[in-house]
Amino acid sequence: MALVTATRRLVHVTLRESSRRAAVISAASLPTQSRATCLQRGFTTSTQPLRSDNKVTVHFINRDGEKITVKGSPGDSLLDVVIDQDLDFDGFGACEGTLACSTCHLIFEEEVYKQLGPVTDEEMDMLDLAYGLTDTSRLGCQICLTKSLEGMVARVPESVSDIRQSGDGSS
Amino acid sequence: MLLMTCKPDRATLKYRFCQWSVCGRAPFSSCSPKVCIVGAGPAGFYTAQHLIKSRQDVEVDIYERLPVPFGLVRFGVAPDHPEVKNVINTFTQTAQHSRCSFYGNVNVGTDVSVKELQQAYHAVVLSYGAEGNRRMGVPGEDLAGVHAAKDFVGWYNGLPDNRKLHPDLSCETAVILGQGNVALDVARILLSPMDMLKKTDITQPALDLLAESRIRRVLIVGRRGPMQIACTIKEVREMVNLPDTRPEMVAADFKGIAEAVKEVPRPRKRLTELLLKTALDVPTEKEQEKRSKASRVWGFRFFRSPVEVLPAPDLSRAAAIRLAVNRLEGSGEGASAVPTGEVEDVPCGLVISSIGYKSLPIDPLLPFDSRKAIVPNTMGRVQKTAGVYCSGWLKTGPTGVIGTTMNNSFDTARALLEDMDSGALDVSSAKPGSQGVTPLLEKRGVKPVEFSDWEKIDNEEIKRGVAMGKPREKLLSVDEMLHVART
Repeated sequence: MALVTATRRLVHVTLRESSRRAAVISAASLPTQSRATCLQRGFTTSTQPLRSDNKVTVHFINRDGEKITVKGSPGDSLLDVVIDQDLDFDGFGACEGTLACSTCHLIFEEEVYKQLGPVTDEEMDMLDLAYGLTDTSRLGCQICLTKSLEGMVARVPESVSDIRQSGDGSS
Repeated sequence: MLLMTCKPDRATLKYRFCQWSVCGRAPFSSCSPKVCIVGAGPAGFYTAQHLIKSRQDVEVDIYERLPVPFGLVRFGVAPDHPEVKNVINTFTQTAQHSRCSFYGNVNVGTDVSVKELQQAYHAVVLSYGAEGNRRMGVPGEDLAGVHAAKDFVGWYNGLPDNRKLHPDLSCETAVILGQGNVALDVARILLSPMDMLKKTDITQPALDLLAESRIRRVLIVGRRGPMQIACTIKEVREMVNLPDTRPEMVAADFKGIAEAVKEVPRPRKRLTELLLKTALDVPTEKEQEKRSKASRVWGFRFFRSPVEVLPAPDLSRAAAIRLAVNRLEGSGEGASAVPTGEVEDVPCGLVISSIGYKSLPIDPLLPFDSRKAIVPNTMGRVQKTAGVYCSGWLKTGPTGVIGTTMNNSFDTARALLEDMDSGALDVSSAKPGSQGVTPLLEKRGVKPVEFSDWEKIDNEEIKRGVAMGKPREKLLSVDEMLHVART
């Protein structure tokens, strides 16, 4: 009897593990480089007291228009949050936060956008290649969470198969 | 008859109970839909990834001509752009998934036909990219000293077919035709300081040859004007910031550009403004100091098309390139270059033609559009060929960064899944999958390389790289790769 229970538990555990891995396949596998960006900019958690309410709520609107609410820590980038929370956005964060792609493109409301801090030339250069670029677009791997961004909304824009449709050829 | 198939999960070394088959058939022909993908580059992997994620019963086999996977991520992306290669991590996860198998060292077209794949699988996805290149089509193109950018890039990136290129870098000036990102990669590799290159995964023979290079001037030539340039701003910025180099442009090429740039979308505007600044602005003191000390020169040349490569007096090699002078008709992305009748000769010893890769047909029974050099398709469904799809450059032509290919491949996967759901693709009868292919390969003396074999090659390259202070030292021949794979 015990053996059957143990076996059932083993099956359950391995199935859960495999479905988690399947979800991770759609996001980048190593969040460390994106977290490094925020640490470099001085967004650290080391001076924060260890309280359970030291989290920032972020709402993502996915490509189907659904709202997904998650929590991240100050100092996490939005790419880190997507990965840590296993959010299933197709192809998000392909270069793992190293400013070598534009797949973590997110769109913000005007008010939130203004609070997000300066955009470096490096980020702008890659953002310029994103489909559906707007005046309130940013790359998620460069946005670092702070308490003041509590409740922010980030929309995942549509992607398209040929970037040349937006008028910018690249090869 | 209830059958339970178990496969060891390679990542966790636990046994997973994969599926309960109620077909009453022998274990090898279970009812799961089986898809085979031809080509293990980004297109192949992203297509596989999307299929596996979307349906829990799909099994995907990826066939690859070379013993090693990853295609242009390994052989095309420049050695000094390692971040772009991070996608290898997600591809590795896909390859290690229990419903995905990699079969390297299998040449579809010669070792196994597409027809045989169609018999073994419910669907075949062609993702084998572009192995050929567009020719300039000018006299002198085959002289020594003239190379296709694809071959030059393949050479410094360790593509086995290009390891004997031995480009002659003893001349002072190199001319690159084409102004896309590949052209800029070539220029940057030709002019980068050795202490930057030696820390990358550029092959050691290439590094040794570049260390002896006497090239001091690289011109990157385009048919049209600054506002039609095909490269992207990141790559231009890298040239501007390249240590020990200075830019040299022709001011007249920028006539009227400062006004025209005001009306265009932000990406084109920023790129053009950077070109204007580099070409025309008075440099800062710091920049002026850099320029005065620079030992190497680079520049864009606009409104020029190649008409002939001129040989040296002994006719043995290229000594100059004859360029036709163009004027622009129209404006913006659609502007065209019209010859004026004037020509200009530029002395040079190395000519790199970077005007596009080109896909090749691998099976005469498959439709192929030789004008566009793609497999004719609608949304990734190959025309007039049920059950065959295509993704990546083979589908849309050879332009686009990895992100472009990713979306393109996801689209093909979606079309395939749609067809499975609607019944347009019949997955009701069992197919043998790789069990229908490996016996054929064995009979033909072809031994596939599995992903775990690639991991041996990978480890060996990393190990050799440590000794050289590089991320990896690539194995350069198929024989060497197979030797390591089989040990």
